[in-house]
Amino acid sequence: MCSIKTMAQKVLVAMSGGVDSSVAAFLLKEQGYEVVGAHMKLWDYVEVGADIYNDGRCCTIDSITDCRMVCDAIDAPFYVLNMSRHFRDTVIEDFITEYDRGRTPNPCIQCNSNVKWTEFLKKAEELGCDYIATGHYSFIEQGENSRYYIRKGVDGTRDQSYVLWGVSQQALSKTLMPLGGMLKSEVREVARKYKLRTAEKAESREICFVVDNDYRRFLVEMAEKNEKSYESGDIIHTDGTVLGQHKGTAFYTIGQRKGLGISHPTPLYVQKLDVDNNKVIVGDNDTLFRSELEADSLNWIAIDQPNEPFEADVKIRYLHEPSRAIVTPIYDDNSNVGRNPRGSDSNMPGSNSNVGRNPRGSDSDVQGRRPRLPEESPSKVHIKFIDSQRAITPGQSVVFYNGDILLGGGLIIE
Amino acid sequence: MKPIYLDHNATTPVDPEVVEAMIPYLTGKFGNASSAHNYGRDAKVALENSREQIAGIINCDPSELYFTSGGTESDNMAVLGTAAKFKDKRNHIIVGAAEHHAILEPAEFLEHKHGFKIDLLPVNSEGLSSPEDLKTLLTDNTCLVSVMHANNETGMIQDIPALSALTKDTKTLFHTDAVQAIGKIPVDVKKLGVDLLSLTAHKIYGPKGIGAFFIRSGIKLDPLFYGGSHEKKRRPGTENVAGIVGLAKTLEIAQQKMDEDYKKLYDLSEYFISRVTADIPDVYLNGTLKNRVPQTVNLSFKGIEGESILLGLDLKGVAVSSGSACTSGATEPSHVLQAMGIDKVVSQGAIRFSMGRSTTKDDLDYVISVLPEVVNRLREMSPIYNQ
Repeated sequence: MCSIKTMAQKVLVAMSGGVDSSVAAFLLKEQGYEVVGAHMKLWDYVEVGADIYNDGRCCTIDSITDCRMVCDAIDAPFYVLNMSRHFRDTVIEDFITEYDRGRTPNPCIQCNSNVKWTEFLKKAEELGCDYIATGHYSFIEQGENSRYYIRKGVDGTRDQSYVLWGVSQQALSKTLMPLGGMLKSEVREVARKYKLRTAEKAESREICFVVDNDYRRFLVEMAEKNEKSYESGDIIHTDGTVLGQHKGTAFYTIGQRKGLGISHPTPLYVQKLDVDNNKVIVGDNDTLFRSELEADSLNWIAIDQPNEPFEADVKIRYLHEPSRAIVTPIYDDNSNVGRNPRGSDSNMPGSNSNVGRNPRGSDSDVQGRRPRLPEESPSKVHIKFIDSQRAITPGQSVVFYNGDILLGGGLIIE
Repeated sequence: MKPIYLDHNATTPVDPEVVEAMIPYLTGKFGNASSAHNYGRDAKVALENSREQIAGIINCDPSELYFTSGGTESDNMAVLGTAAKFKDKRNHIIVGAAEHHAILEPAEFLEHKHGFKIDLLPVNSEGLSSPEDLKTLLTDNTCLVSVMHANNETGMIQDIPALSALTKDTKTLFHTDAVQAIGKIPVDVKKLGVDLLSLTAHKIYGPKGIGAFFIRSGIKLDPLFYGGSHEKKRRPGTENVAGIVGLAKTLEIAQQKMDEDYKKLYDLSEYFISRVTADIPDVYLNGTLKNRVPQTVNLSFKGIEGESILLGLDLKGVAVSSGSACTSGATEPSHVLQAMGIDKVVSQGAIRFSMGRSTTKDDLDYVISVLPEVVNRLREMSPIYNQ
């Protein structure tokens, strides 16, 4: 852990209003850093709809007040940074587009790559800070190959490394995660002992801007704002029979059982979303198991981009036990040229097309945008699991570990 | 590092003389002005003396002046009180495009929830509205026009008499939000020709939480609050006597020092603008030197974000503002500069320096000395500026 630093190095702490980032700020202050707290304002209720009085999450006034009071208690300046425009143009846009394309996105990954470890880092630089810090339960270390990497923290139950695979080397080199060596219970203990007002605050969970956890409601409202609507179509069985009607492919996820609105003698699960033909394909649980997948939008953390197949512990969703698999790089002559894994030809700077290509990384912006030669970087990986996995879902991240060490990750294509 | 406060348009420190005038009404003369006994009488007398004093300053009859909790409440009384009264007869409202949110948001509420038609009166690149534009928007259905006297972000002073002349002898009421004008330039409701006017104490060295609303005699608006006969039932609630005494004292001092303050601040602002625009390239004054309350200097630093400049200056002990702050403390893009049609790359780098009675040339020289460093550093990092 990066705990030994010379005095008065300055760090901008990303504060959500929760206990973790509060304690992170507190500990850094104790360690002698000059701490500046900042809360990223990413969205507002007018924009995202739903219950305006739902609080206890980030981006609400009460959370901001909590950050402010914690910073006052530790004698650190505090700012609210308005990143809502950037968040909307990257994370929210991508979220909608991905669902429209029949994929299931994880917006936290987009936010980390495109907002937290880019825009927030830029703000830190503007403020003359040497580092940014977060309340993740992980370690950032430097390997013998001089690459910075993320290692799961002591508290395995709080491991969030799954959503960190898109962070660039340059960004990691400027990041402190002071909670790596602590258990959640210890973090709360510190907060209580030093009377930080967030000590007893509940965990935030789910997708922050979908405040009621109803992503379908969110998609419908956003579509209405853009004068779009979702088209209904057939729900068909893998055997070809039409079983009913769906309300739009965006409202379904691979592996989903509930809410299909069809009666059938055996339980049915969503197998595939066929956006081109506007069909939702359902079938038995057995047919949801696959042992192979392909992923793109890759980013490498602990290792240089691989040229040879390697074995790793592979995770295909946030709550998934890593499973052993062979990861094989695929070199595709055309695939890097002007392709955008998420299909939205966003022209925003730093937008999703950079994800996983070392956004703003050590390879620099310029290189990140130009097509790489095939021998320089695999554009895709093929993954073969030893044991087959249930409901491999396009759009979700596939993340490679070697034990506790995060090697890299990408987005599942199929 | 001596902190330098250049955010007087947000709020000001209370003048010690004002504090002194208020103290008796927080301590010994604490009575409720509605009480029949001696304590009540003392409070009531102070209340009515203050009303008279303020009425004299803005040239209205004391009976036309109602005490409120400040600018936001007064502005809401203007918009919502008028709307409630006239909704069945006339449901069209015209508000300035560069108004404070205390006008814009109640107007939006009326539009979304009560079917009112809201038109925005445009402003030109200097932040000023033209009578011709107002004329084209006015209809027989218009119940209210609200145009700010001096703008909080740019300090630009609207030609209120020219605008209000158009509603004279019509059924349309004319309101002006004079929160940023009162005490800085002469505010005379007769010369302005307005029916309704909002003012507050805390922008001119008075306490927060006290303001007043002028309603020209003969006009009846529905109140926002119910529950007592205070302020002739137009604003029920136990009167904030100490605040009201403070407001009167604040305005009295402002009136006495107006010419002196104006001259000093005009000279300082001119000096500041000329130095900053000479020392740093690509800096623009939003608004003009003329027609401006001199306290307010709104400068755009092209190619960088106001928010970043604000934070950079804060870390150097200089307090300024950018855009208008929302509750969260995040800065929002300025609707005022947008309404003025200012290019986005320029308007997003806007900073409001608002000076006050205590501002010295030394203070400004310090800001002038640190500003280039802050701006240049940000510009070096700005892909937009370097294009």
